Parts: sequence; C-alpha cells; structure tokens
Amino acid sequence: MINKKHLVLLASAGAISLAGIATAQANTLEDTRARGAVQCGVSDGLPGFSAPDDSGNWQGLDVDVCRAVAAAVLGDADAVNYISLNAVERFTALQSGEVDVLSRNTTWTTTRDTTLGLNFTGVTFYDGIGFMVNKDLGISSADELDGAAICIQSGTTTELNVADYFRANGMEFDPIVFDTSEQTVGGFQAGRCDVLTSDTSQLAALRIQLDDPASAMILPDIISKEPLGPVVRQGDDEWFNIVKWSLFAMINGEEYGITSENVDEMLNSDNPDIARLLGQDGNYGEGMGLEADWAYNILSQVGNYGESFDRNVGMGSPLEIERGINALWTQGGIQYAPPIR
Amino acid sequence: MSVRPNARPAGHKPPFWRDRAKRALIFQCLLIAAVIVFLFYIVGNVQDNLSSRGITTGFGFLNNTAGFGIVQSLIDYSSQSTYGRTFFVGLLNTLLVGGLGVIAATIIGFIVGIARLSPNWLIAKLAAAYIETFRNIPLLLQIFFWYFAVLRTLPSARDSLAFGEAFFLNVRGLYLPEPLFESGFGLIPVTFVIAIVASIALVIWAKRRQEATGKRIPAYWISFALIFGLPLLVMLVTGVPITWEMPELRGFNFRGGITVIPEFLALWFALSIYTASFIAEIVRSGIQAISHGQTEAAQALSLPRNLVLRLVVIPQALRVIIPPLTSQYLNLIKNSSLATAIGYPDLVSVFAGTTLNQTGQAIEVIAMTMAVYLTISLLVSMFMNWFNARVALVER
Repeated sequence: MINKKHLVLLASAGAISLAGIATAQANTLEDTRARGAVQCGVSDGLPGFSAPDDSGNWQGLDVDVCRAVAAAVLGDADAVNYISLNAVERFTALQSGEVDVLSRNTTWTTTRDTTLGLNFTGVTFYDGIGFMVNKDLGISSADELDGAAICIQSGTTTELNVADYFRANGMEFDPIVFDTSEQTVGGFQAGRCDVLTSDTSQLAALRIQLDDPASAMILPDIISKEPLGPVVRQGDDEWFNIVKWSLFAMINGEEYGITSENVDEMLNSDNPDIARLLGQDGNYGEGMGLEADWAYNILSQVGNYGESFDRNVGMGSPLEIERGINALWTQGGIQYAPPIR
Repeated sequence: MSVRPNARPAGHKPPFWRDRAKRALIFQCLLIAAVIVFLFYIVGNVQDNLSSRGITTGFGFLNNTAGFGIVQSLIDYSSQSTYGRTFFVGLLNTLLVGGLGVIAATIIGFIVGIARLSPNWLIAKLAAAYIETFRNIPLLLQIFFWYFAVLRTLPSARDSLAFGEAFFLNVRGLYLPEPLFESGFGLIPVTFVIAIVASIALVIWAKRRQEATGKRIPAYWISFALIFGLPLLVMLVTGVPITWEMPELRGFNFRGGITVIPEFLALWFALSIYTASFIAEIVRSGIQAISHGQTEAAQALSLPRNLVLRLVVIPQALRVIIPPLTSQYLNLIKNSSLATAIGYPDLVSVFAGTTLNQTGQAIEVIAMTMAVYLTISLLVSMFMNWFNARVALVER
C-alpha cells in the first residue's frame, strides 16, 4: 500500500518537473555565455571537415565555423565543446539542445529546413555526389555503373540522390548501407561493393584513408547539388543571426583581403568596408548582442574563409580540393556574403 | 477461510476506509488514474514542444515516397515505394534472420550441449572449448569477424568459386538457382499438405497401437518417407513443372537466381553460433538436473542409450530447459538489431536508421520500432509458455 502511495507521489512530482521543461524556451546566447563554451555538433571523423588531429584537437572547415562562433560570442575561438555525431543522430541532437550549432557537412534540403524545426544558416561548401571506384574495374564514367553494388553511409541525402540517379538513367544497383563512414570504407576495401559514393569532398577525404589510395579513383561525374552548411534550431533568431554572420564575416574577410596575419594592420585601414567589419566604424555586433570586435576576433583567431579552406581541404591540406565553385564571386566562384552595413 | 475473530455483528458495517479490500481498490484506482493523467500529460507536452519548435509530427509520412534503395527485400520494393513499405521490408528482414537464427541456434545448441556430456573425451572437450570461446566474446566483434574476415577471403565476382554451373560463391554473396514454377505445380503443395496430415494420423495411430498391443512400427521413418516421397512422386508424374533460373555473370555481377547477401550470412552465423553456446549450457544443465537414478532405472529396463535419452531424460529435462531457452530466443531476436553495424537491412537499419533520418520523425519511428520488438518478444514468450505448459510434468 505504501509503495503505491509513493508511486502516486512520484508521478505527480514527475509531472511538475516536466512542466518546467515545457515552459523554458532557451536563449542560446545567454546559455552559451553562462556555460563559457559553444556546444558544437561535428562529424564522427571526416578529415578536412571535422576530425581530431594527432594531439586530439578538432580540426577542419566545419570545426572552424564553430570556432568562429565561439570567437564572436566569447572572444575565444577555443571555447568550444565538440560533440561527435553520426549522420542518424545529428538532427535529434540539435533539436533536443544537446548541441547549439550543427556544423557537420550537412546538406541543405527543403525537408530538413522546413519540417525538422531547424534552420540552415549558410553554405560553407558547395558539394555534389560523386563515385569512387577501384581502378581495376576500368570504368571511366558513372553511366557504366549498371548493376554495381554501392557502399553508402546511412541517413544521408546520398541514399536518395543515388537512387534517383540510377532510376533516371534506367540502371540497377545494390545499396549496401553502413552506419559510419569508417564502416563504409571497410566495406569498400573488403570488396563488398564496386563503388563508394558520397559527397566528392568526402570521397577525397575517405580516399586518403584507404590502405592504398592510389588503387582507387574518383569518377568525374557529379550527380547532385549538395550545399553543406551549419544548422541551428528554429525559434532563436538572435543565435541564428550570430551563426549566419560569423560565416559571412569569414567570407567578407577574404574578399577584403583581411587575414589572421594582417588583421591588426587592417585595423587602421581607410577602406570603410574593412573599418565596419572590424568594428572601427560603428558597432555592427550590437544587433546580435555582441561586442564591436566580434568579427575582429573571428579573423584574428580563426582566419578568413580562404585561409580556412586552404588549410583544411584546399591545396595546403592532404585533400587538395580545388576551390572551384567555392571560390569567391569575384574569382569566378559562387561564395558571396552580404555586406556589413 | 476462517471466520475473523473480531467479526462485527451484522448491520454495523465498518466505514470503507477501514475495509482492507475497498481501501486497496481505491488506491489502485487512484494509481491507474494518476498513470493515465501522467501519460496524457507526457504526450501533450511532447506535442506542444514539437509544434512550438516547428517540428512536423504525425504518421502521415508513412504514405510519402521513400526514394532510397534497399538491398534485400522479401516483398516488392523499389525506391518509389512508401516509407510505410520500408517498415515492412525491415520487419520481414528482421523476422527472417531472427527466425532462421532461432532454428539454427537450437539445433547447434542441442547437439553441442549433448556432446558436452558425451563419455568420449575428445567430443566433450571440443564442445566445452566451443562453448567457452563463443560465449565469452562480445557478439558485435563476432559479427564483424564473420563479416570482414570472411569477406576478405572470398574471391571477387569475376573469379567466383563455382559449384557446378549453378552455385556461385563470391564476395557479393552466395548465388543459387531460383525455381520458377510452371502451371500444374499447384498439385505439389497440395500433396505435401496431404502427406503431413497423413503422417500425423499415422503417428497417433501407431502410438495407440503400441499402447494397446505393445507392437511398434517405425512410424517416424514412414512419415518422413511420406512427406518427402509423395510430393516427389507427384512431381515426377506431372513431368517436373519447375524450371530453374541460373545465376549468370553479367557486367559487374551475377544476375538472376537467388542471391544470399553476405551481410545476412554473417549476421545469421554470428547470432546462431553465439546463442547456441548459451543454449548448449542450458541443455547440459537441464540434462544434469535429472537425477542419475532415472537413467539407471531406464538402463535397468535395458533400454539402449538413445532411447534412454529420448524417452526418459529429455522429456524431463525439457521442463528445466524451456524457461531459460525462451530468454535466449528473445535475446537472439533483439540482438539481430546489431545488423546495422554491417549493413544488413533489418528494421533498425532501414526504418529506425534511414527512414528516421530522411523524415526526421524520430519519436514516431522509434515508438513504432520499439512496439515491434515488444510485440515479437511477447509473442515468442507466449508461445514458449504454452509449450512449457505442454511439456510440464503431469503429476498423477
């Protein structure tokens, strides 16, 4: 009898405590300041985008977005807690508040933007799906892949786009779907599939993980649009703006020629665009609840978009990915940030 | 029940809160009401939170086009099918590996369990080594072992191991000829059913006859011949109305025939071998639980060893074996969700993996998946309880 009374008490206590959760609508900026660190969701290890280096520090293009947000909000690019997520976990982790920014080579699609309660803040990398095959197969184009077994990572847009591509071209394929990119590579190396498919940027990263990278080649065909970018929860516009403009500050920095090395000299620049970006003329961080030096912190601690690209995925990295369409709009690419004004 | 010593005179009913039975009833009602209110609250709270965060809810997504491929499907499936269909594809794949796993684990487990008690030193030690090895290595590692270690030793599609011109084994799986049934095939399943019914009748008749006269006929062997021989005979008489579709190498791979994917083989192997090591121990303990006097009594009647086992020991041992065996079956079915690690398209991999991620309907998808495992487990448990009640010792 007593046990049952206790149960009733427990049940009502539980109900009351849950009521608290329902009403608390988070202010991510305040929470982040109180915590002293940005909660950043990254991949489970994708070199060039987000992967720990030899000494255990997270490095990569996606990681730099989180570092930029931390620099803008807290003035310290290292104040980031990295949470490694696989493709299936990532949105739930963001929705439930486990992470505040998801910066994890995530493709911007309608469904994800409109039905998951999430917002994409921009594009860090314009990508597309490609195929990696063993050189022994003697294949030079994607239309020769009829009947192939294809290793894919579960929970990605790749699963859908590959199915679309093969159906549209009247070809058949066997999808072998693995949980993590590591297992996908394992399946490819064991010969379980003829083809490993993913975003071309990832293929470059996965190829250098192979036992013998020279044995595999990436086919020239790109079969889909995969704009990758950071994601935040819907309903906190201030935080949405902060993440969005942190990336824009990096892109604008490259456009105006501000690098992590010359940023201190640039403080004295006569160029009005540069003066506004670095907070020497007006405070453009105010509307986001930030200090005037928000962009200065980003550029001095993380560097501009071009520096980050080159260091992590570009010619200065083992991946050696060309800038291509990811070059600035002034250099024939499509990376374009609205002006600071 | 005895009369209560402090029974009150009639007409003076105690107030209801002094009556134990009524008090218990009231508390139970209150508890149930509280649980219902609590559940309503939780569901409402979740719905409010989801809608305030702009997350779509409901089961409408099940009718949308899935748009992704699945490598193994027991029912018709293409990337144009719905998400609802991916649920059934995944469910059937889970049931396939679970069902075949239970059968294989039971057979291996019984053989090894009995072998462990063998008077032959070598057989007993081999069985013990088997049990101790497979019982003490984590299942996930065993699955990876069967998958990657075995995959790497198999040849590529173009240098397949061929058994005749019909069976091929390579890194993509095992390729078998597929029977295509022609008209007139319908007779064969009919004779099959007739043979089964006749066999059951024969066994019952033989048992009654033995009880009445003491004379025995080899009823099991006759049934066996009946069940396999009769359909075979009909098949030959009707001119074998089956053609076989042979797998053949085209482009990258074999087409046609039946393909058994290596993911299935690895998972099935690993689950069966792992669970069999536990079942073997259960069988051994069940047999050892039967007092040695029973065996000696049976031997005193000069029953041969196999009849001692079949008629005296095993029927009694089953009473001890079945309850823990049920747990092992449930474990095996639940462990099949490790499939996702090697890319076997089971329910967790297809539905709670890809479908969940493409639709973002985490709560609905996970709730459905959990409900499925709960239902399967309860059904298995019910069946085993029924079976246990049947084999339980009938005391006379």
